[in-house]
Amino acid sequence: MHEMSITTNLVELLNKYLQGRPGARVTTVNLKVGKLTAVEPDALTFCFQVLTEGTSIEGAQLQIELVPVRARCLQCQSCFEVEGFYFRCPRCSGKELETIAGDELDLVSLEIEEDEKDKG
Amino acid sequence: MKKIKVEKKLLSTNQQIADENRRLFKQKGIAVFNLLSSPGSGKTSLIEQTVSHLQGRLQAAVITGDLQTDRDAQRIARHQVFVKQITTGGACHLDASMVKKALPFFHIDELDLLLIENVGNLVCPAAYDLGEDAKLTIMSVPEGDDKPLKYPVMFRISKVLIINKVDLLPYTNFDMERAITFARQINPAIRVFETSCTTGAGLEDWFRWLEERVSRLSGVTEK
Ligand SMILES: Nc1nc2c(ncn2[C@@H]2O[C@H](COP(=O)(O)OP(=O)(O)O)[C@@H](O)[C@H]2O)c(=O)[nH]1
Ligand SMILES: [Mg+2]
Ligand SMILES: [Zn+2]
Repeated sequence: MHEMSITTNLVELLNKYLQGRPGARVTTVNLKVGKLTAVEPDALTFCFQVLTEGTSIEGAQLQIELVPVRARCLQCQSCFEVEGFYFRCPRCSGKELETIAGDELDLVSLEIEEDEKDKG
Repeated sequence: MKKIKVEKKLLSTNQQIADENRRLFKQKGIAVFNLLSSPGSGKTSLIEQTVSHLQGRLQAAVITGDLQTDRDAQRIARHQVFVKQITTGGACHLDASMVKKALPFFHIDELDLLLIENVGNLVCPAAYDLGEDAKLTIMSVPEGDDKPLKYPVMFRISKVLIINKVDLLPYTNFDMERAITFARQINPAIRVFETSCTTGAGLEDWFRWLEERVSRLSGVTEK
């Protein structure tokens, strides 16, 4: 399950942002996952729970925005959503397409809560 | 509550190393293929056939990723080619750093071609760039002609599709035209070869295409 190694990278990234913020707790993690990545959101969520147990990230909400596949036709320049992996321009039937969205695998942002008394 | 903007790729570390690998391969003029398939479709067989054909014509090397054993590496090493085994210890895909660590085992200045046998799996390796020129997916006749529909991502991101075990066509209801139609719906530009590593059928076309591509990338001319 490649979601495990992807989530390991995610947790490492999050820990970087937690450094120098003692007492901080991650409440929400926002991800973008494109449909062209073959990454399963459910598997990510499961791995995230397993890997964050007992850490300051435990209990954080993993919010995953699934990004549909979009392409641009190199023949007529129209942009459209690719449904069911059928890569054909709906306007001119062109087959030379450039993928413009759907391969994202990004950490967009995180939300943290900092304990007031730990500050200063 | 505080919101921190990050906007960072989860696999940015892998991507950095893959980019380094790619730069090195370019600089040394090495064509690199990442071979992908389900277990048993014929990755090792195709590599054996290919390196044995290239013997004395091109300098090839092979990296094989195996979950536990070095059986594939042993099969390939019989063909007098440099082969480095990576035992992933259960990991379901190779990553760019594994490939990078394998490179010192080769005389990289002399290489024209590097074939990388990925772990047998059509899902997990998709997200991991190794620095290759092209991904090559192998599907075999007994797996059924609708394989592209089941693993669309891999067929989309591959430049080459090898449909192997065509010697078994008479014993199955595999419809070649359907298989190629499905693959081209997902990836209109995919280059298709129909082969049998057992009888040798169709391999000539593949060898010719490969050699042409290697010489284009490395600047070597036929010896
Ligand atoms: N009938 C037939 N068998 C093949 C062909 N290519 C490979 N095989 C057999 O399929 C099995 C798996 O092949 P292998 O190369 O190990 O697959 P890999 O797991 O993808 O590396 C072996 O027993 C091969 O001998 C082929 O073209 N036709
Ligand atoms: Mg093998
Ligand atoms: Zn068009």
